[in-house]
Amino acid sequence: MTRYLIPLFAFIVLAAFLLVGLTLNPRQVPSPLIDKPAPVFQLNHLHEPDKVMTSEDNLGKVWLLNVWASWCVACRDEHPLLVQLANSGIVPIYGLNYKDENTTAMQWLKRYGDPYTISVVDPNGRVGIDYGVYGVPETYVIDKKGIIRHKQIGPVTVDSLQKTIIPLIIELQRQA
Amino acid sequence: MNFSQLLKNYGRYDLLTSYRLGSVKGLIILLLLIFIVPSSAWSKEAIPVAEDPEIEKRMLALTMDLRCLVCQNESIADSRADFSNDIRREIRTQIKANKSDQEIIQFLVDRYGDFVLYNPPMKPTTILLWFGPVALFVVGLGSLVVYLRRRREQIEEVSLSETELKKAEALLNDNKGKNV
Repeated sequence: MTRYLIPLFAFIVLAAFLLVGLTLNPRQVPSPLIDKPAPVFQLNHLHEPDKVMTSEDNLGKVWLLNVWASWCVACRDEHPLLVQLANSGIVPIYGLNYKDENTTAMQWLKRYGDPYTISVVDPNGRVGIDYGVYGVPETYVIDKKGIIRHKQIGPVTVDSLQKTIIPLIIELQRQA
Repeated sequence: MNFSQLLKNYGRYDLLTSYRLGSVKGLIILLLLIFIVPSSAWSKEAIPVAEDPEIEKRMLALTMDLRCLVCQNESIADSRADFSNDIRREIRTQIKANKSDQEIIQFLVDRYGDFVLYNPPMKPTTILLWFGPVALFVVGLGSLVVYLRRRREQIEEVSLSETELKKAEALLNDNKGKNV
């Protein structure tokens, strides 16, 4: 009997591994920056280029950093959700306009709505490298101490907002 | 050859009839569009190679062993993705700033994780990766040995009985005369 059970068992184990493998997304590379301080940046505002924002301005509040670009198609998918989230007042969203043209970026925001408290400009993607950005959009949840708590790779979805991002934000806001 | 044939031969009939050409002027404009626009609009200028061949050599050696996160089966050295361009530029500036190879690798690992390395470091999380194949091989070899031993026991030679021996001898003797 075991003669037949052993191969069957081995097959089931192999099939289980392959099945789990099918559901994993190889494009989602876990970020080593989770639970590490958000890299400090000093960047010009998109709308008022003579103003500078640093990431340390946001110490003491929970905030989202959303990496976006007008050339990014997937950004258009998540954009209505970001506008909704911004309107709800749950959390301030800051935009990192990644490797874009200022004029087209501003036109894009005019057309699709502007959810960002401030959008800053990263014209050559150098700050993007510090944040480990390898595709747009990406969204970071940063806590009151300036520590990255979550990275959403790819567009945010209703599901990811409801199940992960918003509960995390509420929990982080409760912390001192 | 008339107009539509010309266009058909060019293989872009559907697209170009929408220009609604009616005159020689139209034809000239069309031909200009066909021959000039693609070559200027669709080709990018080659990105100049760094001035210093030494830097380029080090950069290439480094990026050979780094994975492009956008096109995951290519190294950063081979990839034409924007991401790889940025990383190559970053590595060039770091080499110019006199950073060591190790510092540059660490810089990238800090930001993108071990996944950028084609040569993963030995760590508790990568033990399975490093020794998994060896473990599988040992398990396979072990079960092969066990299987072969068992089989040998099963097909152990059975000695012939007296009568069977005589029968065989008789058959052999019988054949001798005929074959010679």
